[in-house]
Amino acid sequence: MLRKIRLTLAIFFWLLITWLLVDFTGTAQAYLGWMARIQFMPALLSMNLVVLLFLVVLTLLFGRIYCSVICPLGVMQDAIAWFRHKKNKYSYSPARETLRFSVLVVSILLLVAGLGWAAGLIFPYSTYGRIVGTMVAPLYKLGNNALAAIAEHYDSYAFYSVDVWLKSISALAIALVTWLIIAVLAWRGGRTWCNTICPVGTLLGLVSRHARLKVVMDADACKNCRKCERNCKAACIDIKNHQVDYSRCVVCGNCLEQCSFGALSFGFKPMIDKENAIYSESKKKQEKEEKKESVDEGRRAVLTSTALLASTALLHAQEKTTDGGFATIEDKKKPERKHKITPPGSVSARNLQSHCTACQLCVDSCPNDVLRPNSSLKNFMQPEVSFERGYCRPECNRCSQVCPTGAIKPLSIEERSSTQVGHAVWIRENCIPANESKTCGNCERHCPTGAIQMVPDGDGYHKNDRGRWVDRDNQPIDMNAVHIIPVVNEEKCIGCGACENLCPVRPFSAIYVEGHAVHKEI
Amino acid sequence: MKEYNRRDFLKVSGTVAATTALAACKKSEGDINLDPMGHHTDEVPTDKMTYRINPKTGDRVSLLGYGWMRLPNKREGNEEVIDQESVNELAKYALAHGVNYFDTSPAYSRGRSEESLGIALEQSGYSRDKYFIATKLSNFSSSQWSFEEGKKMFERSLVNLRTDYIDYLLLHSVGGGGMQNLHDRYLDNGLLDWLMEQRENGRIRNLGFSFHGDVNVYDWMLEHHDQYHWDFVQIQANYIDWNRNGDRSSSGYYLYNELEKRGIPAVIMEPLLGGRLSKVPDHVVAHLKQRKPENSVASWAFRYIGSKPNVLTVLSGMTYMEHLEDNVRSFSPLELVSEEDQEWLEGETATLIKSYPTIQCNDCKYCMPCPYGLDIPGIFVHYNKCVNQGNVPESQQAKNYQEARRAFLVGYDRSVPRLRQANHCTTCRECVPHCPQNIDIPRELQRVDRFVEKLKQNTL
Repeated sequence: MLRKIRLTLAIFFWLLITWLLVDFTGTAQAYLGWMARIQFMPALLSMNLVVLLFLVVLTLLFGRIYCSVICPLGVMQDAIAWFRHKKNKYSYSPARETLRFSVLVVSILLLVAGLGWAAGLIFPYSTYGRIVGTMVAPLYKLGNNALAAIAEHYDSYAFYSVDVWLKSISALAIALVTWLIIAVLAWRGGRTWCNTICPVGTLLGLVSRHARLKVVMDADACKNCRKCERNCKAACIDIKNHQVDYSRCVVCGNCLEQCSFGALSFGFKPMIDKENAIYSESKKKQEKEEKKESVDEGRRAVLTSTALLASTALLHAQEKTTDGGFATIEDKKKPERKHKITPPGSVSARNLQSHCTACQLCVDSCPNDVLRPNSSLKNFMQPEVSFERGYCRPECNRCSQVCPTGAIKPLSIEERSSTQVGHAVWIRENCIPANESKTCGNCERHCPTGAIQMVPDGDGYHKNDRGRWVDRDNQPIDMNAVHIIPVVNEEKCIGCGACENLCPVRPFSAIYVEGHAVHKEI
Repeated sequence: MKEYNRRDFLKVSGTVAATTALAACKKSEGDINLDPMGHHTDEVPTDKMTYRINPKTGDRVSLLGYGWMRLPNKREGNEEVIDQESVNELAKYALAHGVNYFDTSPAYSRGRSEESLGIALEQSGYSRDKYFIATKLSNFSSSQWSFEEGKKMFERSLVNLRTDYIDYLLLHSVGGGGMQNLHDRYLDNGLLDWLMEQRENGRIRNLGFSFHGDVNVYDWMLEHHDQYHWDFVQIQANYIDWNRNGDRSSSGYYLYNELEKRGIPAVIMEPLLGGRLSKVPDHVVAHLKQRKPENSVASWAFRYIGSKPNVLTVLSGMTYMEHLEDNVRSFSPLELVSEEDQEWLEGETATLIKSYPTIQCNDCKYCMPCPYGLDIPGIFVHYNKCVNQGNVPESQQAKNYQEARRAFLVGYDRSVPRLRQANHCTTCRECVPHCPQNIDIPRELQRVDRFVEKLKQNTL
């Protein structure tokens, strides 16, 4: 019975959270966003005390039921092990306490050092998020695109197709390697990963030792057949001594159904020790709070002076002699930004760095293909903003809504539109109207904050009453002699990248966004 | 809501006709014959085509002419190429059903139209004297303005068309760019004189011009008729821009009458405005169908203009076999439009169609390729399609706002790749002089873009 309930709930949670991770339409987020927020590490990083308290109380009552039901990585391992059709495949092994606790300590140290991504490499939720985000989400999208093609055939708008592209090869490689390791461990030894590596498992293990309801063994009824031990994926039933290691038991209930002699039951067992179970927990929390933000990195003055872009050949209009056909469009290339751009809501580069466990939820839910995993070591696999495929559209705040760890804090659309994450920098050498007698102004037309104006190149011109540019003698200017160029009001610019993305110059735009280390409201 | 295309019209008219036929148990001549299942029982007539006589050469020209511009394409690797097998079939079918006038240009279909027509006509098995070829001197780019380049273009046309003479040669799109452009392209370089020589020696049987744009150029050309002896002139005319009382620069009536006065045969282009007079809102469909339920919406446009006596031929760019079949029916034989119906089309019907905010784009692709890679006609066609289907809501309060928004935006991404959409227009205006409909393309693109932005941001 316990096992059936557990299985039902686990499958329910697992499927839905997986959908949450692959969904790109925002539908899943509206209903299932809480599933990511009740994950232990995201709750800890975002200081979500309600969830933390709930999880601790849950564990104190029922043991590590979290690992069996709520944690998608745990359920994934059960699923992998289920494919191995072999009876009695496990056996008891003593706990590897040294390894468990050293991994826990190291990951805490990494978190304190602000290397969220490194600690995130073994955090269960972010690991699962990366596996799904990099390996499953593209397949999901391809499936969706197939449906969209069918829908198009029937004139239906039920599905629309989306771009599928490799956002980061290193994130994919990391996800693949972790998946392989976990899969092999799960195949051979069930929950080995959870009970030796996973820091959440170790932490909850400390609590679950003192759980009120547990698997209780009646040594007198036991016939030492070891059926339960051999089917315990957590390897925590020691028949020799008639003991269960409650720090490793994930309350799956498999053993209960194995015992033919009624020696195992799920129920109360008197507390053995009176140690305060929550002690180690609260200590961790304190350590977290010590991270203060005092970011003061150089301002933009430095930035504009940096000649950082590879030279871009200006687009030359091809001469038209026949009708029809398309000019080829070169792909945009990512400019080398002195400061990377972080998503609006992430408050500062430092906040993102220390809170993000690189679960890829934001990356996969970004509908504008703006977010992708960072490849630099400092912010490895954490979200990075770039505008080669789209820009941060004014009506979207999805990444800030999905983030479960508080690395990207929730912003309303209005707040998002007034949050400055960077500013646009103009590159004269690349700009069409600055170099040719042609009009453009596409950056100006698409700037959502009106931070870009088109002005004559050079002083001595002003706008007359009718809003037209005239020279000192109030004569309209000769468009062939005077070039009209874009100028940026850095104070009004929010760094959304519309200008960079829609600039006709390729592969490197004539205007691009430099990130700010600390976001501010304009 | 489903788009009503001409195939649907045929289906609908089929069903309607079947019902009528059953009820009446008899058929009158000219009706479509159907069995009770709605299948056509008789073939599209092969021997009933209406012909007009060219007064100068005595050519017996079919009133339906084949515009070799909107050709079916297929994908070959990464490239769109003309589906030659399909066009061969179309040409053969057209010839078998009495169509004998084929109109092409060195510029059409990315420059591949002439060659494809040459192949299609050659493989049709019909001898050269059974059909008339019209092509043009399409020296639009300033690099082609010299005498030598013009001559080369004509000689290349002969090679591509696999022939040693052209039946109808046109100065292409005279009027665009004003008088100066005319001087640069044909007069000052002596090209027109040379073309007249070719007419003398028989390599050109009829010399004329097609007109779009500055009506002063049109007047100048006709004022010099005594000097050039135009054998025919190609104009745009249909019931929407007939404008009996309108300004002469936008009036098909004016253009046509100037020709009739002088006895110069008129070749009609854009009788259907690139499909804009067949792909119409449901309301207009009902309006036309009430009068003649069995006839397609397109047939009205063809019958209207074909009824003008001084028209030599009406050009239609027929991409699909069903278009060709329907048009052949409309002209085999042509049932003249009554005077009452003419007024009804020019007045009530035209007003009704013009009341929809469509963009006047006929999808001729003269503006293409855009140097920045935009799909200009694709954007306009999508917009017009949405207007006709009622998917261009005026505000968020509109009854079907959510569905219309989705249909517009999802459909937009489907019909035009994101990188070729309106938000990439730089307003360089390279396209503007090429547009025969005088659309201010950048302005219209920005209008579409602003609409898309409002839909995306939900701020309509």
